[in-house]
Amino acid sequence: MTLPAFDEMGSGVSLRAAYAAIADWLRETPRGDLTAKCAEAEVLFRRVGITFAVYGEGGDPERLIPFDIIPRILARAEWEGLSAGLRQRVRALNAFLGDVYGRQDIIRAGRIPAHLIQGNEQFRPEMQGFTPPGGIYTHIAGIDLVRTGPDQFYVLEDNARTPSGVSYMLENREAMLRLFPRLMARHRIAPVNRYPEDLLTTLKAAAPERAGPNPTVVILTPGAFNSAYYEHCFLADEMGIEVLEGPDLFVEDNIAYMRTTAGKKRVDVIYRRIDDDYLDPEAFRPDSMLGVPGLIAAYRAGNVALCNAPGCGIADDKAIYPYVPEMIRFYLGEEPMLANVPTLLCEREDDRREVLANLDKLVVKLAQGSGGYGMLIGPHATQAERDDFAARIRARPQDYIAQPTLALSTVPTLVDGGIAPRHVDLRPFVLSTKDTVRIVPGGLTRVALRDGSLVVNSSQGGGTKDTWVLEADPVMQLQSQSQSSGSAGTC
Amino acid sequence: MLSRTADSLFWLGRYTERAANVARGLAVASRMAGLSAALNEEGDEWRSLLVAAGCEPGFFEKHDAVTQEAVIDYLVRDTGNPSGIIPCFAAARHNARTVRTALTVDMWSAMSDSWNHLRHIEPADFQGEKLPGFLEWVRERVLLFNGAAMDTMLRGEAWLFVQLGTALERADNTARLLDVKHDLLTAEADSTVAHGQWQAVLQSVSALRAYHWVYRDRLAPARIAELLILRPELPRSLAACYNRVCEVLDGIAIAQDGRRGDPHLMAGKIQAQLKSDQIHGIMEIGLHEYLTAMIVSAAELGQAVESFYIRP
Repeated sequence: MTLPAFDEMGSGVSLRAAYAAIADWLRETPRGDLTAKCAEAEVLFRRVGITFAVYGEGGDPERLIPFDIIPRILARAEWEGLSAGLRQRVRALNAFLGDVYGRQDIIRAGRIPAHLIQGNEQFRPEMQGFTPPGGIYTHIAGIDLVRTGPDQFYVLEDNARTPSGVSYMLENREAMLRLFPRLMARHRIAPVNRYPEDLLTTLKAAAPERAGPNPTVVILTPGAFNSAYYEHCFLADEMGIEVLEGPDLFVEDNIAYMRTTAGKKRVDVIYRRIDDDYLDPEAFRPDSMLGVPGLIAAYRAGNVALCNAPGCGIADDKAIYPYVPEMIRFYLGEEPMLANVPTLLCEREDDRREVLANLDKLVVKLAQGSGGYGMLIGPHATQAERDDFAARIRARPQDYIAQPTLALSTVPTLVDGGIAPRHVDLRPFVLSTKDTVRIVPGGLTRVALRDGSLVVNSSQGGGTKDTWVLEADPVMQLQSQSQSSGSAGTC
Repeated sequence: MLSRTADSLFWLGRYTERAANVARGLAVASRMAGLSAALNEEGDEWRSLLVAAGCEPGFFEKHDAVTQEAVIDYLVRDTGNPSGIIPCFAAARHNARTVRTALTVDMWSAMSDSWNHLRHIEPADFQGEKLPGFLEWVRERVLLFNGAAMDTMLRGEAWLFVQLGTALERADNTARLLDVKHDLLTAEADSTVAHGQWQAVLQSVSALRAYHWVYRDRLAPARIAELLILRPELPRSLAACYNRVCEVLDGIAIAQDGRRGDPHLMAGKIQAQLKSDQIHGIMEIGLHEYLTAMIVSAAELGQAVESFYIRP
């Protein structure tokens, strides 16, 4: 599908200021040099071992996510607006989680239908009547943003459970510094490398009070066969903490310990990159081999912190998503700064009428499904498929939501045939403690490498780009600098 | 340190060392085969190499006869041989990957680059005339890895467990290598065959030059045995390896507020024995018996390390 999309660089008179130096660079650099840099980047990534593991599909189990060397750029002012909106949104999500596992005011106020919560698989009754330290549930959130115009940003989805990808944000920057030191020196790019420090501060702040000022923080990984294993190790390394697998931990008298060469050692904070279902076979899935028996009991006893808290899935569920703007108004008394993708809820009569009248233009999704099952992409569907969906929507309207097909913005990307616009999204990472919300400028830009594709997922031909937030628009250098007279000896 | 991490680091050290030892062994066997086709039975060199690497039973499950090509293939590439060069690198890399955080970037790069090269390798890249170059490359890669560890690793427990693995594997390798040739080292006859074999033994532990520096005399079997067993100044001698093992175990004990156990006792006993033994005494009780006991001790010490630190 080809949609008239907003290009973030622009060209000619529409060339946007933040991209001015990039446009020059692309014009001046021979294509062969760019391709060579691309190959160099691949060697760098392979060497660092920044792979995502895909087992059981044949082929190389350690794959690289394609990296595009042309950066994606946001001007300072654009980022200021986004980051204010992200802070607001994540504060509301945390407030919602505290409420939904506590007094449920928002339901009693009639702002979210009760059945969306109670009947939701992502709702964890085990979490009711327990407040994590500081009242924070989603310490690390990844908010997926898309853009359709100079000032039109939308939240596509919230990831409040175990968002991944931050290692690519950091490694992409390292690769760019190595490949293009001169190009980068021509820009004033906000650094991202304090993320691991911010993350450690966030995790420490989540510790039970008893642990004191220097809690023992660890990462819990499903293991070397998990697709994000590299990231787990990378973050642990950057923070100087241990990476644990389930069997490295055990619980005794509601206290969590790790097995070390010097005997058992108490653990205070677990940054877990394992889904709720697998955390503790005693509390959730009894067949889980990855988890730690008794962990949830230790957590509820207040002896160990889990980040993110179990039960965060209720906040990023598709059925709940349309209500996030309402959460912001309800908990914060503010108007949302970041827009949701306009979403029609088929259970509302007006919305339903609009959906049924515009099936050829909309994307219809199951409210509580995932992975693209039971989805209708209106503009691509046949009349018979649309008729079929119309009947299903009339029969069970509460199961369906509908959204317009968005024309995602594009950024120039190096592809086989040269440089071409490709659709992108953006995942900034938002770190929350009781007192502060921290966001490093930028985030992970994912790019759909196939022509016309809107799918940025790495499993479906997606790649990544370095994301630059500029402190100021780039300085144009028409000629190389030389020593000014009279300043000899200074530097 | 996590027990699982210690386990992986220990085996990372062992497998890396083993890959280099197999490469050294192959290099010497290949040289001997080239030098002395007329001196001994075809296949003798290759067979004793299989024995030294502890690979003979596995080899005969797959091959009927000892040929140069079959032995090289089995010791380099065969995925069924846990002591083969490529499987050793694979295991070392796997261990490295599971303890990514305990390694430095330089160690990881050294390991990763080696693996990225090896995983695409074909028999044509290491058979025939390509063999010496390939083996040289393997030794260099291991030297690079060890050098990266030496130069960049924090001197904490992680370092000590890698070193423990390296030193124990090295001790085991030297004992096995000598044991394979014990017949030749017991006979005093200075035949051309024997002389060539003595040279080979020394070369495979990079000690031919060292021999000349230490003894400044003709090759003699008792001195070769002494150099490889008792002389602490030779880095691959049993004495040097066990000095290292004891040093490392002490380091771990210090890092753990003095916690000691069986591994310290056992290693200390072996070290004391190597300090007090004399070569003529060893030759009297029998080199083979002595070395067999050493190989058994190394295995028991490995077990003790496991049950004290890793799986209590």
